[in-house]
Amino acid sequence: MFDQIKEFASGFFVTGDPLIYGADVSILLVTAAIIFTLTYFKKWRWLWREWLTSVDHKKIGIMYILAAFLMMFRGGVDALLMRAQLAIPGADFLQPDHYNEVFTTHGVIMILFMAMPFMFGLFNIIVPLQIGARDVAYPILNSLSFWLFFAGAMLFNLSFVIGGSPDAGWLAYPPYSELMYNPGVGQDFYIWGIQISGIGSLMTGINFLVTILKMRAPGMKLMKMPLFPWSVLSSCIAIIFSFPILTATLALLFLDRYAGAHFFTLDGGGNPMMYINLIWMWGHPEVYIIVLPAFGIFSEIVSTFSRKKLFGYQSMVYAMIIISVLSFLVWAHHFFTMGSGAGVNTFFALSTMLIAIPTGVKVFNWLFTMFRGRITVKTPMLWTIGFIPCFIVGGLTGVLLSVAPADFQFHNSYFLIAHFHQVIIGGVIFGYFAGLYYWWPKMFGFTLNEHIGKWAFWFWNIGFYACFMPQYVLGLMGMTRRVVSYGWDKGWWPLNFVSTIGAALMGIAFVLQVWQIIHGVKHYRKNLDTTGDPWDGRTLEWSIPSPAPHYNFAVLPQVEELDDWWEKKQRGVHKQLNNIAEEKLEPIHMPKNSGMPIIMAGCWFLAGFGFVFHWLWLTIPGLAGVAICMLAHSFNYDTDYYIPVKEIKETEAALRKVTIS
Amino acid sequence: MNPSSLKAKQLHQTDSGHSHPDMEEMRTFGFWIYLMTDIMIFGTFFATYIVLRHNTNGGPGPADLFDLNGVILSTFLLLTSSYTCGLAVLAMNKGKKQALIGWLAVTAILGAIFIGLEINEFAHMVHEGATISRSAFLSAFYTLVGTHGLHVTIGLVWMIALMIQLSSKGITPVTKRKVNVISLFWHFLDVVWIFVFTVVYLMGVN
Repeated sequence: MFDQIKEFASGFFVTGDPLIYGADVSILLVTAAIIFTLTYFKKWRWLWREWLTSVDHKKIGIMYILAAFLMMFRGGVDALLMRAQLAIPGADFLQPDHYNEVFTTHGVIMILFMAMPFMFGLFNIIVPLQIGARDVAYPILNSLSFWLFFAGAMLFNLSFVIGGSPDAGWLAYPPYSELMYNPGVGQDFYIWGIQISGIGSLMTGINFLVTILKMRAPGMKLMKMPLFPWSVLSSCIAIIFSFPILTATLALLFLDRYAGAHFFTLDGGGNPMMYINLIWMWGHPEVYIIVLPAFGIFSEIVSTFSRKKLFGYQSMVYAMIIISVLSFLVWAHHFFTMGSGAGVNTFFALSTMLIAIPTGVKVFNWLFTMFRGRITVKTPMLWTIGFIPCFIVGGLTGVLLSVAPADFQFHNSYFLIAHFHQVIIGGVIFGYFAGLYYWWPKMFGFTLNEHIGKWAFWFWNIGFYACFMPQYVLGLMGMTRRVVSYGWDKGWWPLNFVSTIGAALMGIAFVLQVWQIIHGVKHYRKNLDTTGDPWDGRTLEWSIPSPAPHYNFAVLPQVEELDDWWEKKQRGVHKQLNNIAEEKLEPIHMPKNSGMPIIMAGCWFLAGFGFVFHWLWLTIPGLAGVAICMLAHSFNYDTDYYIPVKEIKETEAALRKVTIS
Repeated sequence: MNPSSLKAKQLHQTDSGHSHPDMEEMRTFGFWIYLMTDIMIFGTFFATYIVLRHNTNGGPGPADLFDLNGVILSTFLLLTSSYTCGLAVLAMNKGKKQALIGWLAVTAILGAIFIGLEINEFAHMVHEGATISRSAFLSAFYTLVGTHGLHVTIGLVWMIALMIQLSSKGITPVTKRKVNVISLFWHFLDVVWIFVFTVVYLMGVN
């Protein structure tokens, strides 16, 4: 009996690596500490009622961002492990197969479990506030989206202590990801971790598209809508058309591995190249999905901190829509070297280059907005200014890569690595940081320390350039990606060493940011945002108190023009809005909390875990649980309630520190 | 009805239109968008099937396996069920609850027979050694046709749940929206089947 358990455990748990044992211990300690703290302070009920079952889009957004930071830590540790291994030629800090796992999980986590939830967090917190809505279109579905993302992320992360991590690269190209060459459970964790969270992402796409199209405040025509919701709209359109392709593709890979099908195998008539086409039909739009909202954030910030209307508002809107459409026409540039032929390569090279045009339009619009503006450089603006040169260099190297003949040289080299890190860190992550700093007071009611924020900014930026500029050169010198080590004779080590130092600086920057948040929480009384409008903002979210009350707007705003709040302030009519008269108040219709989403996501988690280990005894109850949750939800007609006027009055009085007549 | 929900109902009626978007209309709109995503999923499976349909790996091909008579019967049943689903919606719009539930029941029975025939077809093929792992063509066939069948099955469970809700709650704005949505779903599956019938079966045997 004991031997059996031992045998099972040695296959089930990942053993033999001191790094993993360390992770095991820290996971156990952290879990124990969390359970102890919640029990000791009797916070379980509070956690369940206020957070886990909440359908308040702002709380869901905060949970998304918290999870994204956790995942940034995990993905960042992966990055530092890789850079530590590559700092010195011939190092044996990571074994080759472990290295494969690390670069695979780094890629997946950073794109799907860090950038996506960070983005959805910002969608959730800001979009309803900016369009003057009290909620998203489908609040319970929204909560379900979050919990599906969370279940998928946890399933994926579990693989590194249980069963073994995936190691076939972030897009799991067959035939290497097929059973024949990859018999472990790592790829199954990959499939189900992404599949479950991907369904959540798809539902978020639908939810926010409908929210933006149907729930805007009265008077807010589409062309009077702030740019961030526009960027979310274009991102959601891309989600709606691309994520189903991912769902279908992963299902096919699953059938290959689980049921012995032959979609992408080398034998039985399968076609691996089809997977590569399909995955990039999702994968390319995906990178635009995450960068478009960052463009929206920069547009908001540039105009607020330049005290000017955004230059070329309409051209910005068209540029974003064009980018989201073009993103579907470029996927084959990811495999110019795989024998598609000159005609195909030319088409995809040209369509890729075309994207530089609307993107260039946007950059010039931001610059013209700043031109002759009264610029103040607070942290959100600092990130925006830091983004522009970084993104321009990243964009230009992208144009170099889009030249099909040149790509035969750049393909799979560190030049490519440097390019996409530059656009994704410099474009996406800098954008989300800017957004986080910008909207932080609206989320929590206090501002963060600017001083620490500036240190974090400089560490990020200097670290970034030190890390990735050498990699362009390394790529041109012939260093390919996914190498675990290289010799002294190559002459690559000084640049690699500098690159590792850069990565460490970015690690320090992350720690500074975490410290900034802890510092902010500790000293929040000193930095309270009492006005609700700390940056002298232009859009509706600044017209309500910070943090926003759970119903957002006591009285729905009547929008007349673009940057409505700013215009009202200029005309001096905003004070009347602050002074909410009782006769204008009506009971507010709100959704009730629901435990269904977290329970259903838990069932998905069990079903996914069962699929990974071929445990039908777990999969079947898991899927049955999913079905029961759906039916229970369908039979539940008691999903909403009304906030009485008295409660609205009290809340507004407390938040605005005024009495309502 | 308890007092608080009664109050909520009255408020629903007095709400001025602009402060409160029409929830049921919005949910129907969202379902249309969901259907678009489902089109993408089916589109991916159709593309896969078209690419792989000649890759029979020396095994049986479409002409060896498909029995067009059975498939025509299935098609007839499913198209009829779409028609009866339409009759259900017409009955609902006239406020006839019993007729609505009755036509939904007929629709569900036709759908169940369709699924039965499909299971029978699959079992027959598997019996002849034409399994999902035999060739890429068969992998693509089972995935495409099976996904449609899975959708129909989910639709059946959903329809039954809805009939129970209709019998206890009657025709309300909420149940009305739910009937409209499932009828959209059902017609959508019919359209997908017409493509399956054409691309898989008709083009397969010729």
